[in-house]
Amino acid sequence: MDVLGMYAKIIAIGLEFTQGLFGPELGAAIFTLVKTSVLIMLIVAPLLGAVAYLTLLERKVIGYMQVRIGPNRVGPLGLLQPIADGVKLVFKEIIIPSGADKILFVLAPVITLTVAMAAWAVVPFSPKVVLADVNAGLLYIMAITSMGVYGIIVAGWASNSKYAFLGAMRAAAQIVSYEIAMGFALVCVLLVSQSLNLTDIVSGQEKGYFADMGLNFLSWNWLPLAPMLLVYFISGVAETQRAPFDMAVGESEIVGFHVEYSGMLFGVFSMGEYANMILVAFLTTIMFFGGWAAPIDSTVFNAIPGFLWLFGKVLCVLILFLWFRATFPRYRYDQIMRLGWKVFIPLTIVWLVLIAAWMQTPFSIWK
Amino acid sequence: MNIEPIVFYLFSAILLIAALRVITARNPVHAALWLVLAFFTAASIWMLLRAEFLAIVLVLVYVGAVMVLFLFVVMMLDINLDRLREGFWSYLPLGLGVGVLMVVEMVLVLGGKYFGAEHMPNPADPGAGYSNTKELGRLLYTDYVFPFELAAVILLVAIVAAIALTLRGRKDSKHQIPAEQIAVKRADRVRLISMPSEKKEN
Repeated sequence: MDVLGMYAKIIAIGLEFTQGLFGPELGAAIFTLVKTSVLIMLIVAPLLGAVAYLTLLERKVIGYMQVRIGPNRVGPLGLLQPIADGVKLVFKEIIIPSGADKILFVLAPVITLTVAMAAWAVVPFSPKVVLADVNAGLLYIMAITSMGVYGIIVAGWASNSKYAFLGAMRAAAQIVSYEIAMGFALVCVLLVSQSLNLTDIVSGQEKGYFADMGLNFLSWNWLPLAPMLLVYFISGVAETQRAPFDMAVGESEIVGFHVEYSGMLFGVFSMGEYANMILVAFLTTIMFFGGWAAPIDSTVFNAIPGFLWLFGKVLCVLILFLWFRATFPRYRYDQIMRLGWKVFIPLTIVWLVLIAAWMQTPFSIWK
Repeated sequence: MNIEPIVFYLFSAILLIAALRVITARNPVHAALWLVLAFFTAASIWMLLRAEFLAIVLVLVYVGAVMVLFLFVVMMLDINLDRLREGFWSYLPLGLGVGVLMVVEMVLVLGGKYFGAEHMPNPADPGAGYSNTKELGRLLYTDYVFPFELAAVILLVAIVAAIALTLRGRKDSKHQIPAEQIAVKRADRVRLISMPSEKKEN
């Protein structure tokens, strides 16, 4: 069954129907609005589901790593646990501290979640399936994710608490620092793909010396840009405030930016964090691991649809996130800063110059 | 009926309200956040003009970096609102003068017949495959490569100067050198002393 063909047919029928109701120009405008809203829902609803079940996966995976069973009481195999968590959070009382800036206090988690969702507009799921196929997709993602820090700063300030404010300053400084290294790593990717469009970045990885031999996975960006993959992924972990960079939830020094938050307001912060995790996993897959491409060019592998490859790779990256949390001890704050500024940024600058010079030599593999 | 003017006026209204609130908000942090909204809306209007690269860079640089640092500073300052409003009347004539000058300049550019702003044709629709970023990069690195590099060098000088001005080699601050910590050998830290067992006195 040709899904894309069916989609085009539905679009054509819908457009004709709306134009029949409202006239050609207004009808087209209204139809675009409705179509985009529906498509956004089609991305956001599964994403929120994925966020909910990622929390369950995290508890299960860490449980097994620590020789426990993990949540298994709610529903079969504990599968309804995220729903129970959600219901609990919704019914918890939201306490707004006295002297807090009420509007900004409520707005802060909303900013975090909105930014985490907005970045998904340009993420491609297969060669043709993307909400907005814009030329400057990578730039858009960098711009939107750089706004995530507002949620944190505003939360810390609006809480009217010294601890929350200190935590916000720390978290914001951490995010701003790692954004630079992350940006430089992505500049390397766009240098070799010669495009800011995420779909083009994936298709650019499908050709090369090894891809001609049928060994696609050796042509992906992870091999020539291996140091950048490391920098990008570790910066991604730091950006999403996950372990071992999760200062905000450190037991020994509870000065996280969300100490004053309770109930669903805190839940929204968590949802933003997990949505960002999934986003980083998608971007790592798209930039470095060939997106929806099969690892080996064989009939068996090519028979599996592209989005399954994409989701499979994303799942592996997500498990890596959880594995990190079960493995590494938490970084101290000065160590976090040192890693970002003194290790990653020089490394990315050197590698950027190296790649640019390599591309000018006859040995360039990106022709 | 075209939908573009509606979107334009919507964004313009948001931009004007946000800009107005920047100067009327009593709380400096609120003012800074309104400024963020103003920047973001301005970027949306640039997007309407098909300047996608500039619009996204405006968000990336001003919203994502400059305003964050700005907020840092504004939040950490102990701002006394009464003291802040003290000089209002004395600064009012100067502020009004600058404001009037800006309005006059803008009227001259937009309304004067010598600039001919109203005769400028709309930029032609370049089509779907047109990459704003690529065109801008081509211009910057070919036709305007020297001014561009000059600007880059000036910025570098500014960075170095700013760091040189604030860098103080503090002797009393404690810091670790991880390379030395890792390179440490057992012999550097542990000294085994062979010592005969002692008898308890009395």
